Amino acid sequence: MLRAVARRRQRAAASLPNRDAAMKGTTAMVVSHASPGAPRFLPRAALADLVTLLQDEGFTVVGPTVVDGVVMYRPIDSPDDLPHGVNDVQQRGTYRLAEGDPELTFEFASGPDSPKRFLFPPQQQLMQFRVQGEGFEVTAGPPDVPKIALLGVRPCDLAAIRVQDRVFGQDDPATFRCESEPWYEQAREQTLLVAVNCTSPGGNCFCVSWGTGPEAHEGFDLSLTELRDGFICRAGSPRGKELAAKLPLREPTRTELDLAELLMNRACEHMGRALDTASVKELLEQKREDSHWDEVAQRCLSCGNCTMVCPTCFCSTVTDVTDLSGEETTRVRSWESCFTHQFSYTVAGPGRDSLRSRYRHWLRHKLCTWQDQFGVSGCVGCGRCITWCPVGIDITQEVQALRNDSTSLPAPIAPACAFSSEGSPP
Amino acid sequence: MAEAPTAEPAAEPAAQPAPEPRRRPRLAVYKFSSCDGCQLQLLNLEDELLALADAVEIAYFLEARRQELPPPYDVGLVEGSISTPEEEERIQTVRRNCKFLVAIGACATSGGIQSLRNWANVEEFTRHVYARPQWIKSLETATPIAAHVFVDFELHGCPVNPRQLLELVSALLNHRRPNIPTHCLCIECKRRGLPCVLSAHGEPCLGPITQAGCGALCPAVGRACYGCFGPMEQPRIGALGERFAQAQQRPPAEIMRMIRSFNGYLEPFKQASDHYERQAAQQD
Repeated sequence: MLRAVARRRQRAAASLPNRDAAMKGTTAMVVSHASPGAPRFLPRAALADLVTLLQDEGFTVVGPTVVDGVVMYRPIDSPDDLPHGVNDVQQRGTYRLAEGDPELTFEFASGPDSPKRFLFPPQQQLMQFRVQGEGFEVTAGPPDVPKIALLGVRPCDLAAIRVQDRVFGQDDPATFRCESEPWYEQAREQTLLVAVNCTSPGGNCFCVSWGTGPEAHEGFDLSLTELRDGFICRAGSPRGKELAAKLPLREPTRTELDLAELLMNRACEHMGRALDTASVKELLEQKREDSHWDEVAQRCLSCGNCTMVCPTCFCSTVTDVTDLSGEETTRVRSWESCFTHQFSYTVAGPGRDSLRSRYRHWLRHKLCTWQDQFGVSGCVGCGRCITWCPVGIDITQEVQALRNDSTSLPAPIAPACAFSSEGSPP
Repeated sequence: MAEAPTAEPAAEPAAQPAPEPRRRPRLAVYKFSSCDGCQLQLLNLEDELLALADAVEIAYFLEARRQELPPPYDVGLVEGSISTPEEEERIQTVRRNCKFLVAIGACATSGGIQSLRNWANVEEFTRHVYARPQWIKSLETATPIAAHVFVDFELHGCPVNPRQLLELVSALLNHRRPNIPTHCLCIECKRRGLPCVLSAHGEPCLGPITQAGCGALCPAVGRACYGCFGPMEQPRIGALGERFAQAQQRPPAEIMRMIRSFNGYLEPFKQASDHYERQAAQQD
């Protein structure tokens, strides 16, 4: 039985385009955790023990809940708040909840929320200050970092966290290109991650193309694979091991382990979409001036939804808001998007005036220049940008269209990327 | 070496004149053809109203006080559209009386709901509505303030958002640019973490083409945005209309009515609604 499973997995891997090359970027990421511990079994009834345990340790447990017909991350009191028996149908530009298996809790795919919301909040006070003469006095800093345990983090989102770790300067100085973010680092250190492997991928999922899922191998404290009676549970960090020691875990049976592996293999084969990641960077370096960008610009709304739901997009804007007297000022950072006209506005005018230039910038950054900048792809294959695009623009199809289109220029006319992977950042 | 300061005080300085009371900028609030809702948003700033009255001198605001101080005024907030011959003249005086003129609300920035008559026969309306239509003195069209005089800034919304009003006044007082985003509502909605009514419920939400600023009020209660903040920067109305037509099977007449509402007379909503009107006529 096991050998058969292994063969199927090999076949699934072999059928994927250049999977090893794609995985190199992601698995060579930050290896900050010990390799996952031996699999154990968490009976379904003990899920409540896990939530209680986390609450007792002072965590606010945040997990998936159904809010107005959408699975979103919200603080939960008990496993009752989780979306039991809920499935979802995700297509280009649409998301609908559906009735799932009543005995399963994590049958749905990613909703619009990702851990980004908690590690890099959408709107955050950076400081408050009071103008005094020529200078100013800081009267308050950012809010305290909340102690959050994220339950139900998907493997693609774990990969996205590792991507943002590079953006916000955690762990790996070799690839670190931005200003260090103390709040992010603290939140990252404090936040506990309970991953749930994907047994039922969504219609827009393509994590297998990037090798970021459907099973989590690193970057979590605990990981769960849902079976009918309970979960195969692994500890992925010293903190996870401590938690596991306090949970009523038992040895899994051989059948349970086989079943979990079978589910993972089946998930690999049931990705809603696929992205040919082979030499995608080179492709986009070549296709800087392609007529296809004009074609996308006809459909794109430039609304920025893709960037808001993307678990790796990190653009933000900082605004100073004064009170009426002009003495007290609050500096706030908010999520922004490379799709807004205002965002690229400088004294010389808007940097990306046309829609064509904005979509091109986003896609090329995500798949191409991101690699020069951070040494890793900016896409993890979660498919959120496809689901939440109001007009259903599909990143996998756009890349395919660029591949098929032969009208582009044969070679780049200038250094393709502003940032070189070898050189120092500007 | 510097001489040590003498302990003796210097000669008594000439008696300083009493500090002049700080001259507060003078604020005027005007009403043209409108429902008064935008002026009420100013009064709805209950927690900040005292601070506001302290920071500016409310010189002319008939909705709030009877006293009128003579012009000129530093800042004029104008609500309402130009719909009558009298208003057409009065806005010229208002412009002359104000250093900085801000049009607030959908009526002042686009013509408002009353500008729907720009597509109809006003005389026919008056005949049906009024017992003595001959008493009605009305222009053929209802138009935004900027169609008549130079406007320094426009605040969108039906009604305007009180936070944005306060931000505008704060920015003016502190000589900085107001933080009024021009991107679409979706960004505000997603920042708030609201479930998308368009993708998840198939609602005809105008969020992707509407300027942010309301705080995503309607999506927060599960309703589709109906565009009361008017068009965003470079809105892609045709691309969204295509989605409504294809995926949601909405006829052109319905899309026309969606776009031609509070801000229907404002470009590019005007042009788009005309386009869907022509499409609807072709289908008939």
